[in-house]
Amino acid sequence: MPRSLPEDPLIRSLVIHARRAQMTRRGVLAGATAGASALALAACAPTGVTKLTPGTDVSSTDKSMVWANWPAYMDTVDATGAHPTLDAFTKSTGIKVDYREDVDDNNSYYAKVKDQLALGKDIGADTVCLTDWMVSRWIRFGYTQTLDHSKIPNIKNLNPSLLNIDYDKGRHQSLPWQGGFAGICWNKQEFPNGFTSVSEMFKEPKLKGRVGVLSEMRDTIGLIMLEQGVDIAGNFTDSQFQAALAVLKQNIDDGVIRNVKGNSYLDDLKNGDTLAAICWSGDITLINGSNGDKWTFAIPDAGGTLWNDNFLVPIGATHKANAEAIMNWYYDPQIAAQVAAYVNYITPVVGAKEAAVAIDPALADNNLIFPDAATLKKAFVFRTLTPAQEQSYGSAFQSVLLGA
Amino acid sequence: MAFGSFGGDVVAVEQPRRSSRAALWLLLPGVVYLAATYLAPLVSLVITSLKTPDLVNFDIGRYLYAFDVQNYVHVFTQYGAIIARSFGYSAMATVFALLISYPLAYFIGVTLRKYPLWQALALILVIAPFFMSFLLRTLAWKAIFADEGPVIHFLQSLSILGPNAHLNGTPTMVIFGLTYNYIPFMALPIYTSLERLDLRLLEAGSDLYANPISTFFRVTVPLSLPGVVSGTLLVFIPATGDYINASPQFLGSTQTAMVGNVISDTYFNLLDYPSSAALSIILMVLILIPVSVYLALTKTEDLL
Repeated sequence: MPRSLPEDPLIRSLVIHARRAQMTRRGVLAGATAGASALALAACAPTGVTKLTPGTDVSSTDKSMVWANWPAYMDTVDATGAHPTLDAFTKSTGIKVDYREDVDDNNSYYAKVKDQLALGKDIGADTVCLTDWMVSRWIRFGYTQTLDHSKIPNIKNLNPSLLNIDYDKGRHQSLPWQGGFAGICWNKQEFPNGFTSVSEMFKEPKLKGRVGVLSEMRDTIGLIMLEQGVDIAGNFTDSQFQAALAVLKQNIDDGVIRNVKGNSYLDDLKNGDTLAAICWSGDITLINGSNGDKWTFAIPDAGGTLWNDNFLVPIGATHKANAEAIMNWYYDPQIAAQVAAYVNYITPVVGAKEAAVAIDPALADNNLIFPDAATLKKAFVFRTLTPAQEQSYGSAFQSVLLGA
Repeated sequence: MAFGSFGGDVVAVEQPRRSSRAALWLLLPGVVYLAATYLAPLVSLVITSLKTPDLVNFDIGRYLYAFDVQNYVHVFTQYGAIIARSFGYSAMATVFALLISYPLAYFIGVTLRKYPLWQALALILVIAPFFMSFLLRTLAWKAIFADEGPVIHFLQSLSILGPNAHLNGTPTMVIFGLTYNYIPFMALPIYTSLERLDLRLLEAGSDLYANPISTFFRVTVPLSLPGVVSGTLLVFIPATGDYINASPQFLGSTQTAMVGNVISDTYFNLLDYPSSAALSIILMVLILIPVSVYLALTKTEDLL
């Protein structure tokens, strides 16, 4: 119950005035809330699973394209920043390439473009290179365009073992760009004898708090599972995954592993916080070149993981034929060898090794760039997970990473 | 209130005006802006936090509209400890920032008052770090405190730290980073309060036989309270949700995750939007409770 109004006429009128103003303000706020709810509801358009239509290809009239790729993944002249093989492509085909180092992490790149993809819109890239499991998600969602193999005759040079991958049999949606191993690396000044397994690193007392592992679940858990004798390429069970995760959690809780990181693990190797780590093959060659020859990379005796980053053409892209032309270009063994000489990762192109001998015989002998049969025997591809597994494994892995 | 107390004899009664309608019209742009940028996202956040996975077409990041309160239960049981940790870190950082900022602000605002040039220079020194990205500054600390870095070697040579000790990735470093990054937000409001502190009141205190300590606590502190309150809030609220300092890329590790890291990872890596939305709402509510208690206790809500 409101109190009765005061006697004094001046105060009385002031109170009435104030009450009226308050009422109106409330009214305005109520209106605003209603407006906001309407806005929010409007934003909630139904998100059914609809089939998307590919973007119109304007390649024949517009000789240009955009390529989004990972950093340090292309031959570069350090002084000028030019990319010789790309420039040669433009010279030979007349297609101008806007090469962007836009992909820093599969998840964050996906988070950036997923809304446009879901609407079938152009994401501002005509081809993108992403890792196997992320490519498999794009294909599952219908976010990729079908490649016209007749425009990529050099596809005959694709390493046969990569042709019938489980998420894209026959490679009609994707094509490997570069691959690599996840294995172990250590500071060879501190540990000249090195390590042969992940658990040796975990058990070494001098390494307590100085071990790093990757935030890429398939690599870190994959290596632990391999050591536990699990076939990561085959039908492993949930409990086998959990067993490997338990080892990781134990070592994090015990303070053996201090950090779990993506690409930035290299900073910790360089500043000495990390002395041994689970890491990617090409990176170690690269930092040995830039920060003094201090580290050794090895695939553990029990095996390492093998992954590929793959070209794909996003659903809304408007220069598919140009993108196919550039894929064809990089499947020429000569060109592939030039790229391999710079990026230090595994090329999927057969014949590149022979071409590399001409550039530098030592390069062709590098087992991490041109792996021989014995090396490949130790490398395994992590099986493609079902969506439900991806969700539950990812969630469990993240909980461990967050210390929850 | 405190500001107005010494303003002299202001005639309080104004002529009744009939401009309230015009004032409301003038408010309109602000209200529209708030509705579009604050209320609408808030409503959308609540709706998202109640979504449920699409079990028919199950896939990563695919959710349906629902009223799934289970999301809240799930994140609270799963990440309750991390939420508590966030509040702990943030409270400690706020206390440290206050302990460092108050003397600093007093020095600049009161002691240096006689030397305007020095005062201006000192203020610039407080603000200057703002001109550099705080990500870079935080990364610089990481390098300084690296295991093979100068600080660790120095502390080890003094036997303060053991041979295998480290600082990066420990809670100490995260609280240090939070304190360091938010000090200007504490120092500047306190400085603004102290800068207009009437020194004659301090003289009056000593005239009334108060010793300096009791003058400080009975005169200076109450008069600077508005600055302290806004400074504390400006530090505590963002520090609780901070996800940079505690992230493994910066000063933290897997042992130091804060709720902001959980929200960011859940959103970007797992694409689990309902859980991250539920966490955001829990965080918002949990911050509102201590803040309103604090404001009620310090009786300064009219100063915000």
